[in-house]
Amino acid sequence: MSIFFTVVMRDLRLAMRRKAEVLNSVFFFVVVAAMFPLAIGPEPQMLRQIGPGVLWVGALLATMLGLSRMFESDFRDGSLEHMLLSPHTLGLMVLGKITAHWLLCGVPLVILAPVLGLQFDLSPQALSMLCWSLLLGTPVLSCVGAIGASLTLGVRGGGILISLLVLPLYVPVLVFGAGAVQALESGVGAQAHVSILLAMLLPALFFSPWACSAGLRIALE
Amino acid sequence: MSAACFQVQDASVERAGRLLFQPVSFVLQAGQALHLQGDNGSGKTSLLRALCGLSTLSQGHARWGAMSVSADHHAFKREVFYLGHALGLKDELTALENLQVACAIAGQTLSTTAAQSALQAQGLAKRMHLPLRVLSQGQKRRVALARLQVSAARLWVLDEPWVALDQAAQSALTDLLNAHVAQGGLLLFTSHQAPALGHAVSELRLQP
Repeated sequence: MSIFFTVVMRDLRLAMRRKAEVLNSVFFFVVVAAMFPLAIGPEPQMLRQIGPGVLWVGALLATMLGLSRMFESDFRDGSLEHMLLSPHTLGLMVLGKITAHWLLCGVPLVILAPVLGLQFDLSPQALSMLCWSLLLGTPVLSCVGAIGASLTLGVRGGGILISLLVLPLYVPVLVFGAGAVQALESGVGAQAHVSILLAMLLPALFFSPWACSAGLRIALE
Repeated sequence: MSAACFQVQDASVERAGRLLFQPVSFVLQAGQALHLQGDNGSGKTSLLRALCGLSTLSQGHARWGAMSVSADHHAFKREVFYLGHALGLKDELTALENLQVACAIAGQTLSTTAAQSALQAQGLAKRMHLPLRVLSQGQKRRVALARLQVSAARLWVLDEPWVALDQAAQSALTDLLNAHVAQGGLLLFTSHQAPALGHAVSELRLQP
């Protein structure tokens, strides 16, 4: 288990020494969310309606932005070879990398979302539900994205391929994530949506490291 | 502990539907070294990677003692140390951090003092707190070789270990390899230079 924390700490430390890459996706999220109210106009009713969807689409695209870099540098400098030859379980190390990706990419989005949500005149209840749905949804995005990243590793033009591969799998997360906030606003209650998000998170957490490990082994053949 | 013995039988690697080299067989016992030779592109690196289990042999098989490398890969990984052309080091981390992380991934706990003395032995005493990107190619290789120095693996598989090293580092590496073989370790390496290892080194040439 300690190897999990070793890999998480390693990736966090690496990210701290090349901050531009991390800030890239966070900045993208802020820009997308900030531009919409300016472009659409100041009608509160309209903004309230599109707010959750815009923020969720922004979060989804921001996550995708950094996916192709997830394993790439480790692949190029040979670190992945050493991970494959490590006596530790490869899945645990991959889970460490996924966790680090989520901490660097998902968590900032969860923290920023309520601030940006204010621009869309979302109520406090809606803002807290937005946070909860992102908190459950962004780890799924990281897990599923990691599978795409491992499968396209070493392929030229892999960035586009990842989008094609991963986007259809992101759609359910987007539907139920943004839907949770809208359901709460409309008075139906968001419990069903939250349950479904959780039901997507658990299998993603469990299966993604194994799928990634298989993908990485193929990439290094 | 099982007797250290690495057996390779009729091994070859296939690329684009043809065998890279004629199948090779050899047995490496404790305290023996094998120098794998061949022209550029003859498949030396591919063979070494396949023997470590990073890829699969297209034909033949490799055994460590009684167990098969491909079937018992998990147990085999504890016994093998592989160093290829890519060093597996991070430019953003310092030499010391790199060594410690690499050892942790290789399943080895290494105290900070042990890591420092390993780097000192490689002549990097003043460089160990610098990020790796400011070090020269040869100094980076020395950091990778510091891993070799602290490795507990019995089978060392080294792909061109002398490349980019200066005279002093080359002879230090040769001493390290000699000591490993003298202590009953196994050594399998490729090199285009003729290294003066103290022990009898058998040679194997890959034929296209």
